[in-house]
Amino acid sequence: MKRRDFFKSAAIVGIASVFKTKALGSVMSSSKLAVQSEPDLVAVMGGEPGVMLTRALKELGGIGHFVKRGQKVVIKPNIGWDRKPELAANTNPELVGTLVRLCKSAGASEVIVFDNTCHDWKKSYTNSGIEKAVTAAGGKMVPANDESYFREVELPRGVNLKKAKIHRSLLDCDVWFNVPILKHHGGAKNSISMKNLMGIVWDRGFFHSHDLHQCIADAATFHKSPALNIIDAYRIMKSNGPQGKSEADVVMLKSLIMSPDFVAADTAAMKLFSQVQPTDMKDVRYIGLAERLKVGTQNLERLNVKRIKL
Amino acid sequence: MKFLKKIRIVLAVLFFLPILLFFIDFTGKLPTQIHSFISLQLVPALLSLNLLVINIGVILALLFGRIYCSIICPLGVFQDIVSWKSRLFRKKSKKYRFDYSKPQNTLRYLILAITIIVFILGSSALVLLLDPYSIFGRIITQLFRPLIIWGNDGLAVALNRMGNYSLYKVEQISFVPLAFGVSLLFFILVTAMSWFWGRLYCNTICPVGTILGFISKISIFHISIEESTCNRCGACEKHCKSKCIDSDAKKVDDSRCVSCYNCISTCKKGGIKYDIRYKNRKIQPVQSEIDNGRRTFLLASGAALTSIAFANTKKIISNNDSILARKPIMPPGANNIDHFNAHCTGCQLCVSKCPMQVLKPAALQYGLTGITQPHLTFSTHVFCTYDCNICTTVCPTGALRKLPMEEKKLTQIGVAKFRRNKCVVFTEEKDCGACSEHCPTQAVHMIPYKNGLTIPEVTENLCIGCGGCESICPVRPYQAIYVEGNSNQIKAKKPSEAKKFEKKIDDFGF
Repeated sequence: MKRRDFFKSAAIVGIASVFKTKALGSVMSSSKLAVQSEPDLVAVMGGEPGVMLTRALKELGGIGHFVKRGQKVVIKPNIGWDRKPELAANTNPELVGTLVRLCKSAGASEVIVFDNTCHDWKKSYTNSGIEKAVTAAGGKMVPANDESYFREVELPRGVNLKKAKIHRSLLDCDVWFNVPILKHHGGAKNSISMKNLMGIVWDRGFFHSHDLHQCIADAATFHKSPALNIIDAYRIMKSNGPQGKSEADVVMLKSLIMSPDFVAADTAAMKLFSQVQPTDMKDVRYIGLAERLKVGTQNLERLNVKRIKL
Repeated sequence: MKFLKKIRIVLAVLFFLPILLFFIDFTGKLPTQIHSFISLQLVPALLSLNLLVINIGVILALLFGRIYCSIICPLGVFQDIVSWKSRLFRKKSKKYRFDYSKPQNTLRYLILAITIIVFILGSSALVLLLDPYSIFGRIITQLFRPLIIWGNDGLAVALNRMGNYSLYKVEQISFVPLAFGVSLLFFILVTAMSWFWGRLYCNTICPVGTILGFISKISIFHISIEESTCNRCGACEKHCKSKCIDSDAKKVDDSRCVSCYNCISTCKKGGIKYDIRYKNRKIQPVQSEIDNGRRTFLLASGAALTSIAFANTKKIISNNDSILARKPIMPPGANNIDHFNAHCTGCQLCVSKCPMQVLKPAALQYGLTGITQPHLTFSTHVFCTYDCNICTTVCPTGALRKLPMEEKKLTQIGVAKFRRNKCVVFTEEKDCGACSEHCPTQAVHMIPYKNGLTIPEVTENLCIGCGGCESICPVRPYQAIYVEGNSNQIKAKKPSEAKKFEKKIDDFGF
């Protein structure tokens, strides 16, 4: 327990013991819960992608907390573009590879990786370095280039996007991880964990023609939410996103943000991003819209956030 | 001498298979270097002025006769396969059924003359239709490849259901009825002719065959019948798919002989020789088979037909499937439309190699004379990949100049045109930006609009016309942003780089 947490709970307990009102008692118990349980969001800075991943997972009880023996796991990185890793258009291959290996070591029967890419899918899989990293770690790259790989599901909480065709391997798996990269984005302003969901869906054109931000928020209401959003901020793309033009668009932050909460993860990532490229949070509308749909919270103050510097 | 046929068959397979597989390969797994087999084809070599290959072709023909037709030409080998397989459907007594026929010289020379004249007058229409390599390319790409991909897709679906993803489905979007029709027509023509009459196509219609026929008349090695050992059994004549052996007269028509050496292998008496023409013998003057009357007729009709063909070469701009009556978008490296139209033979190699299938055979976009020449058509997720120059590297005819990657990235094949009043940011007042998202040069970029919204803007001199924007624009059926083809491909401005971020961040910011 951190010193800060100790004081916080001590103060609450102290106040509660003086007033002993029912309301305060409930505050106390909930705070206590927050203090004792695992963090809601973990941020790591200063390491290599694989190291930061392992470190962050440790805070949440390790990979075994999420993946059980014999389970089918899906990992959904951003592999949208035919770009090499140095251009930060796709998720870091080392990060994805390490996650595959961890899942396998936790006893996963199968680890599947896919993305519905924007560029030619084979070239994207290859040139992103992800295919190589995944296969080397014992995972399986699966195509998502054909509508037949997708199945329609209802999104009852969605406002504009009420149903969507989602990749069947994700529908059929036991647990999945959303592993986006933090990028500037010409249309959605920023591409983080919720924007990454466009790659599990077949018809992304619908998003663009029916209010991109609302559709992204709607997609985040999908009932089968990821075990974790693991945001790769090892290299980020600060401008000309989502493709980038050159390495001048790339900034090395050596960071990683991890949370099961879409909204919290994207909020934290935006705050990290804004230090490089100041962005008005209100312009990244889908974050607020998702919060309104009760997908998560933007209020990081109310969460148990664990910050680790390596 | 019987080993000659075996050598011929082995070599033919060695040349035929790589070309066949290269055309069929839809996974892009085969190395692009295989296209060097294709650069040995004579018409592409003539069009790209590949002097080395032309010289090799001429020297080979001067030495050995038309072995090009039996080994290097894929359409020739294809016909041999058809002719060979046709035997399975014949009665035993009729398996070898050829007999000598007179050459159709008038027709042969007429077709060659018209092809050349029309080409000199600036239209490659007939070269495109008659080049044997291109006919083969079209037959494979338009007729056979789709079948193989269907087979692959069926297998892929079955395997994927079982959780095996070693095969994947390939969407086929390159069906163009007119191009398919032209390919089918020639497939039927060539197949039927070879099924019934052996190499009649090569010896009547094919202009390359006719030219090589001129050379093979004086080739150093040639097939001839040994007076002393021949007993006029006629076996060689029956086996001669070129129908050029007259066993009664003991004569061989060298201009039609494709040096397949079947006759040598057939003759039990050793009565067929393949040896030096000019040995111990005074050189016999080559008989001219063309008399003056024929020549006149030839020229006259040539000129007449030429003018008809020439009149038809006017470009027709179709506006059926386009947003506006836009000009066709040529592949990168085409330079300008006249060069491209004159050099492209519509062989479909670039079409079959294009990983995005954005290259499709044209219907009438280039006019009647450009059917099956490639052009770009964009559809969802289908546009010209920024980091790809494969079409320019495989083109055997020089219609597409080989572009180094950096040059390709700056080659403007068209320009994006933005129609603001159709854009969803304007009509719905909602963010989109899909076009800018797909723009590799950021020629299409987002500028402030209102209420925190951003709207696209095009900087035309940065645009290379890849069609990323048009392919993804959600406004359908007529996109709010589309690419207008360039008749003259020019160099785009190099996109400027973003300002580098130098400061060190060592705080999370939250």
